[in-house]
Amino acid sequence: MIYWELFLAFFIPNIIGYGGGPAIIPLIEAEVVGRYGWMGAQEFAETLALGNALPSPIATKMAGYVGYDVAGVGGAIVAVFATVVPSLLLMLGALGLLYRHRESPRVKRMSQWVRPVIALMMAWLTWSFFSEGIDSAGLLHTLLIGAVAAVALLRFRAHPAFVVLGALVYGGVFLG
Amino acid sequence: MDKSVARPATARQRDLFMAFLRIGLLGFGGGPAMIPLVQQEVVKRHAWLDDEEFSDILAIANTLPGPIATKMPGYIGYRVGGVAGCINAVLAVILPTIVAMIALLGVFSRYRDVAWIQGMGQGVVPVVMVMMGQLAWDFLNKSQLALGWLVSLAMAAVAGVLIYWLGVHPGWVIGGILAAALLRPTPKREATP
Repeated sequence: MIYWELFLAFFIPNIIGYGGGPAIIPLIEAEVVGRYGWMGAQEFAETLALGNALPSPIATKMAGYVGYDVAGVGGAIVAVFATVVPSLLLMLGALGLLYRHRESPRVKRMSQWVRPVIALMMAWLTWSFFSEGIDSAGLLHTLLIGAVAAVALLRFRAHPAFVVLGALVYGGVFLG
Repeated sequence: MDKSVARPATARQRDLFMAFLRIGLLGFGGGPAMIPLVQQEVVKRHAWLDDEEFSDILAIANTLPGPIATKMPGYIGYRVGGVAGCINAVLAVILPTIVAMIALLGVFSRYRDVAWIQGMGQGVVPVVMVMMGQLAWDFLNKSQLALGWLVSLAMAAVAGVLIYWLGVHPGWVIGGILAAALLRPTPKREATP
């Protein structure tokens, strides 16, 4: 039954999530942390941090790790399969139809109308990482690390891998 | 233009694997950030597709849900290398970092009880918070450009009440929106600015 749950937990976010892998993250969080409780908020944040520090698509890395964590190699395969195959089959199967309708306003507004909801879920997730940070690292450290990370990422366009690495070192030295 | 008369480019499986392996290993920042790399390999380096075909395929991939960085390799692999090419290209993009993820986090969670390892885990939470906040802003901004502030914020507010206050599963909310987008007659409120 765990395989079926894993399949659903990744199939649903990937079949409704418009906007590529990053849009799917809050939907996956709703399943993995919210619905099934396989991970706590901090473990999910750690997984996401490492996922952001490594190259390649984020949705498949999350699926592979969560699947493995919950049910071993079989779990990883099921979760990655549910992430990749349904939308790829849709693409291969419906390409001709989609090609004719790619300029259709109905098709365009599907992804447009979903965006505000995804944005809200991302904001909610940001807030839950904030309160998780206060609970574990404390308000001061959370604000300090957050501010430095924001300046590095947004102002200096630093590579996410270096920012994550810096936070790991800071945490190991000052929060341990 | 017409797909049926376009010359059928074919690729050796080895080339396909190496091209998408490079894309996977160099593509930081998630799928959407990888698109220029895919274009570089597929159009410029190997000429499996021309520019116009590439942008058509990208436009179509964007009309479908799910990660963009697996739909593109899957479709391009299928087109130039059949079913084997499809599987080959997708695995080349995703497999190396999935294995790296499991290995690194496996080591990490084995030593979870060590104080300084715990500290490292706590240290990255605020970084993820910032990254997620940036994504939220990006999506809100894109949505505002297409729908305007009023509609975007109103839709977000209604969705927020449904999902976080009434406990409706996000799948129902988004499913409802998708159905409305498809079924509503088109000359309704024009979304383009």
